[in-house]
Amino acid sequence: MTDLSERQQLSYIAGQAADARLNVELETEGMTLNIGPQHPATHGTLRIIVRLDGEQVVWAEPSCGYMHRGYEKLTEVRTYPQVTTLVNRIDWLGSFANEVPFILAAEKLMEIEAPPRAQWIRTILFELSRIANISLFLGDLGVQLGAVTPAFFAFRDREHVLNLIESVTGGRFHPNFDRIGGLKDDLPKGFVDETRRVMRKMRTYCDEIDDLLIGNEIFQARTRGVGIIPKDVALQYGLSGANLRASGVDWDLRRDQVVPMAWDDVDFKVWTHPDGDSFARCWVRLQETREATKIVDQLLDGLPAGPVMAKVPRIIKVPAGEAWVSTENPLGEMGYYVVSKGDLGPFRVKIRSASFNNISVAPWVLRGVYVPDVITILASLYFILGDIDR
Amino acid sequence: MTDTTEAEPQALPGDGLREGLVDELRRRLGEALVATELRPNDDLWVRIDTASWREAGEALAAMGFEYFCYLSAIDWMPSPYGRGEDDPTEPPPERTTEVVQGVTGGATRFQLLARVTDTRRHVGITLKSDVPDDDPTMPSWSAVYAGANWHERETHEMFGIGFAGHPDLRNMYLPTEFEGYPLRKDFPLLARMVKPWPGIVDVEPMPADEAVPTESPDVEHAETDSTAVAAAAAAEPDTSEPGDAST
Repeated sequence: MTDLSERQQLSYIAGQAADARLNVELETEGMTLNIGPQHPATHGTLRIIVRLDGEQVVWAEPSCGYMHRGYEKLTEVRTYPQVTTLVNRIDWLGSFANEVPFILAAEKLMEIEAPPRAQWIRTILFELSRIANISLFLGDLGVQLGAVTPAFFAFRDREHVLNLIESVTGGRFHPNFDRIGGLKDDLPKGFVDETRRVMRKMRTYCDEIDDLLIGNEIFQARTRGVGIIPKDVALQYGLSGANLRASGVDWDLRRDQVVPMAWDDVDFKVWTHPDGDSFARCWVRLQETREATKIVDQLLDGLPAGPVMAKVPRIIKVPAGEAWVSTENPLGEMGYYVVSKGDLGPFRVKIRSASFNNISVAPWVLRGVYVPDVITILASLYFILGDIDR
Repeated sequence: MTDTTEAEPQALPGDGLREGLVDELRRRLGEALVATELRPNDDLWVRIDTASWREAGEALAAMGFEYFCYLSAIDWMPSPYGRGEDDPTEPPPERTTEVVQGVTGGATRFQLLARVTDTRRHVGITLKSDVPDDDPTMPSWSAVYAGANWHERETHEMFGIGFAGHPDLRNMYLPTEFEGYPLRKDFPLLARMVKPWPGIVDVEPMPADEAVPTESPDVEHAETDSTAVAAAAAAEPDTSEPGDAST
């Protein structure tokens, strides 16, 4: 199941042969093609250098750094509450989800825990960011394959989710809403009913994408059996999130680790797919979006009452220590290793972002594929540039 | 607040497992396992001898830790620039230069930091290893975990730590001709150097709070470099070295 398809194997062998200059039967001349930094397929400014033999990629190398902002250095001159503003901008489509692991790490060091209501609202906002993020992915996927309609659907329906996030946090893209010890504010009036309505809408959207794109024959022809990443390779490269689950690894941090969030209190299915190809990655993400809407519905049902902020000192000093917290973000495992020296700001923060690992498999998986497939494979790996470069 | 942590059940299923992992690592690595720290309900740290870094990776991969999470480094030297909030018109404050390592200890300024996870048993390990001060080169993990390739490139350009056996240590983000290693603590953050920290000009007294000692020039806490205290403490302009951005 996770074995390489015959076509992938053949093209891989052909790629190796071309690389070793043994491909004498056709005497093709090698060519280097530069995809990006400004290319619609790169969601930002990623540059991919591919060496081609005919239509086949014999070597590919992503070139990062066009959006490197040095957040790990910047965190060292910020106070703890200021860091959330920075980390918002790592994965800018699911901003709230970036704040949570950092805040959890700081809370772990301070040995405080947010009140239950805050944990539940955090989880709701976290899942809403996931829906906003992945719904855009599903629409954008069509654009990479030449189908523009799904993108309009995506932008239309993502708007509802962004409006929800805005109604709570005041920010559509950069909420900066999470605080050490809880949340800045409680939910606004009417949020619960409106969210239920939007979740129904998003499920309809998922059905539409399912019919329009995932079930489409051309889409399947372009993605099935293309860009196969076997299980062991996915694990070795540290692929996470839907990319890992699409390779058949049943691993979801929401279920498989203990963090003070509300995921333990809801039922959800972790979807996996045995194939590991581009189609599997898209399919798993579609199922995850559906699952996320159900998680939000369940959380709204059981939302506990109470305060949204624990008692914390006004000037936050985090005791000396080290903590690692990671969560299952829309793109995959996102974690922070926070080193504190008992100061107002962190001593060192290692930001483990999902896309960096997810895209590091590109040289492996792009070897031997054809040029048009480069775009679909990159699209299905799904990266956000801010999440690669940080 | 401490009550909540004590009231929780102490032994998660992971803790017994983590102890078993330490035993197995010790059996496989022997003396190369320098120090371990297991925090109940939290995490497991191990420190590996420098020379056995690669063997440790191989042992972990064989033990089922197939998922490579990240690899990076820590520079334990305190920054000579503090948080970049010094008043350029005042003499630079005295700062400690003592290198103090964190969890599992250590002896060198740089430490390698990595994490691998076992996705079947749902457990992860954070690894550390001292990087020799005179020759900051470590064995590469890129043959053990393919994903370490990019992480080592990043660590190399950000900390200047070499990796023996790495196929291609080109810069990941920075231009090839870039000089210096940005994540080292002695690399100045230029944004804070060329323009004084704007917080200096509108210093407000910090709200009185029991968690923070009240400002007084005689308190010798080196870590209380909040703006108010720093402004109050810099009362003796006897050192004749002005800040570089002064007039």
